[in-house]
Amino acid sequence: MDERKVAECRTLASDIADDVQRYIDRHTTVGAERTFLRAYGVDGVDDQGAPLVNLAVDRYHQAGLLGRGMTLFLGRALLDGASTIQDAAERLAYGHEIDPGEGGPSIEEIRGALARHTQAAIERIDRARKEREDLKTRVVPGASPLRYVIVATGNIYDDAVQAKAAAYAGADIVAVIRATAQSLLDYVPHGATTEGYGGTFATQENFRIIRRATDEATHEYGRYIHQTNYSSGLCMAEIAWMGAVERLDMLLNDAMYGILFRDINMCRNFVDQYISRRFIARAGITINTGEDNYLTTADAVEKAHTVLTSQFINEAFAKRAGVADEQMGLGHAYEIDPWLEDSFLLEIAQAQLIRQIFPRHPIKWMPPTKHKVGDIFFAHVHDAMFNLVGVTTHQSIELLGMFSEAIHTPLLMDRYLSLKATRYVFGAARHLGDEIEFKPDGIVAKRARQVLDEAHELLLEVKRDSIWDAIGTGAFADVKRTRTGGKGYRGVVERSPDYFNPVLDELEGKSTR
Amino acid sequence: MPNKMQIATNPSRPLSPYGDREGDGMVQFSFTLQVPPSARAREAAKQLAEMHGLREPIVATMEECAQGYSYFVVYGHSQFTIDVAQIEVPEVRTEALSREEIEHRIVARLGRKIVVVGACTGSDAHTVGIDAVLNYKGYAGDKGLESYKGFEAYNLGAQVENDQLAERARALKADAILVSQVITQRNCHKENAGAFIDLAKKQGWREGVVLLLGGPRIDHKLALELGFDAGFGPGTKPSDVASFLVEKICG
Repeated sequence: MDERKVAECRTLASDIADDVQRYIDRHTTVGAERTFLRAYGVDGVDDQGAPLVNLAVDRYHQAGLLGRGMTLFLGRALLDGASTIQDAAERLAYGHEIDPGEGGPSIEEIRGALARHTQAAIERIDRARKEREDLKTRVVPGASPLRYVIVATGNIYDDAVQAKAAAYAGADIVAVIRATAQSLLDYVPHGATTEGYGGTFATQENFRIIRRATDEATHEYGRYIHQTNYSSGLCMAEIAWMGAVERLDMLLNDAMYGILFRDINMCRNFVDQYISRRFIARAGITINTGEDNYLTTADAVEKAHTVLTSQFINEAFAKRAGVADEQMGLGHAYEIDPWLEDSFLLEIAQAQLIRQIFPRHPIKWMPPTKHKVGDIFFAHVHDAMFNLVGVTTHQSIELLGMFSEAIHTPLLMDRYLSLKATRYVFGAARHLGDEIEFKPDGIVAKRARQVLDEAHELLLEVKRDSIWDAIGTGAFADVKRTRTGGKGYRGVVERSPDYFNPVLDELEGKSTR
Repeated sequence: MPNKMQIATNPSRPLSPYGDREGDGMVQFSFTLQVPPSARAREAAKQLAEMHGLREPIVATMEECAQGYSYFVVYGHSQFTIDVAQIEVPEVRTEALSREEIEHRIVARLGRKIVVVGACTGSDAHTVGIDAVLNYKGYAGDKGLESYKGFEAYNLGAQVENDQLAERARALKADAILVSQVITQRNCHKENAGAFIDLAKKQGWREGVVLLLGGPRIDHKLALELGFDAGFGPGTKPSDVASFLVEKICG
């Protein structure tokens, strides 16, 4: 592998991310501000189901005051006599008058009034992290590749049953698929939910229910069972915080996915991904990025380099949010047409290349979906080949393929058969990767070089055009987006010079305390 | 309208599933019961297979697929036969036109491009199908409508509401609209697709436009029932859709 070229790619990705980071550091969003209120412990919904954090933030956004930071107004409400954080937030949402933020206490007085609460907000996250780390030393996780499965019943109580069943059958990681289109809701639903199309709503209470089930499974089966959900969409930052305090282990979180695949506005998404990742970094959660999706819309052979390019960019953005390499589950997938000659070799080349470029990262390997068909017997063989590449190239996290992928959400027995086949392949080929090396001028090595070269070229182009314009011309996944188009742009606000946010200061390690 | 094709060439003949010789009726059957493996569970699986009309069922495997759940594979002989000649199924006409023929007919008979607008409607975020049909790349080596000179294809992508789709299609003077529905729980795909037809009728432009429905759970019969002109299920190639549109619009 051309180490110098890899280093150049990282430098280019850093420059690309720096350009955006300058924008991020000057802006906030309604989603980010709601997250900080939640971090202080603001909770609850009104009789229409609207979260208190939305009511408070929307009110100050409409008044044109959000650029100063909601925490400023929260602190002022405390100094004005609010008895608790919750009381202060209710005053912001429902009080007779909007606080124009003029006069009264100094910034230092406000910071002082909040100090105890700021500390509690950070400690709550740290406590959850410590709890995870302690439990993992007592009950260690399975061998990698960790086996990742999905439950998607729509009813959180059924999900809990299925999560335990999956762990019993050998899964290490359970993800609860989110209800279709939750990513486009600009609020997080509240409480336990039992109805959802395509999946189950991500709510704080639902996270707790699955945590209980996976913890039970951890103790019963003697293997740490991880819980995963989605920190994506318009509420990616709020969900990241919920994941942090409810001790989720992994979150799907990508710097660009929402822009490309959910048509979320780029400005909004870039700011939100940064705030979400600040919480994720502190919480020790592993992110799963979504590059696998590129190959479901674009061709997996022609566009393989876009996956690598995006991984470099995702890594650069994550670094800027304080996320450690060991937390970066960069994603990719086995999506090449299975009938293409030597497709297996091309898959090995890509998987091995990514493994070597990102050696400390818990790489996430996704199964075939695009070329899955109703012939479940063939699909089962297809998945076996995917498993073989996964174990041979030492992927860290493997989402298991389901032979019924093209038909329905997995049945209990589908998941069992997938886990059984995986157990066979992972066991039978456990050390295959350590036994083989690739011919320097062979098909695999040549392909890997080609993908790296193309990624390098694309990074050069993206840097030249800036990522804003590169996305506009369809550099990723053949999807084109504009800077002010897409959903959620109205929720982006420029920070005023006196923007006040002690929790963010703590997360960024520049606290003045 | 698509031809109602009857398989008139097949003589009337009762068929049963074919295992390794005619008439053996061999069927494979797999399912899960909420009971741990046991001799009784095995017998239960066997009897359940018999209730489904399988003679001499053999429980090939019984495995605990989750705590308290058993997974079975059963083989047995079906007792039923089916006469294919008696079955009537509306099918989209199967004659696929060549790329040259498609391009030629559009130029010669229509004299302008056929405008096609497609989208995944409602909350559906899965664009695999609509992308395969519309985008240049196509599917399995069969290039999408965008690759034809005779088509002007607009792919509006995912999560497009019915009224947005209608508005864009009318603004673009679409000759045909492709609605894709992939996520299909509790029949929401049917409701949403049906609502689009209602909207078209209410707004008074249904008759001027060819409306197609596609997706993994869609077949031609269902599409006709919902009021579309044709339905395209799994395995549909872009050239199938192109051929249909040319037949329908250019004759």
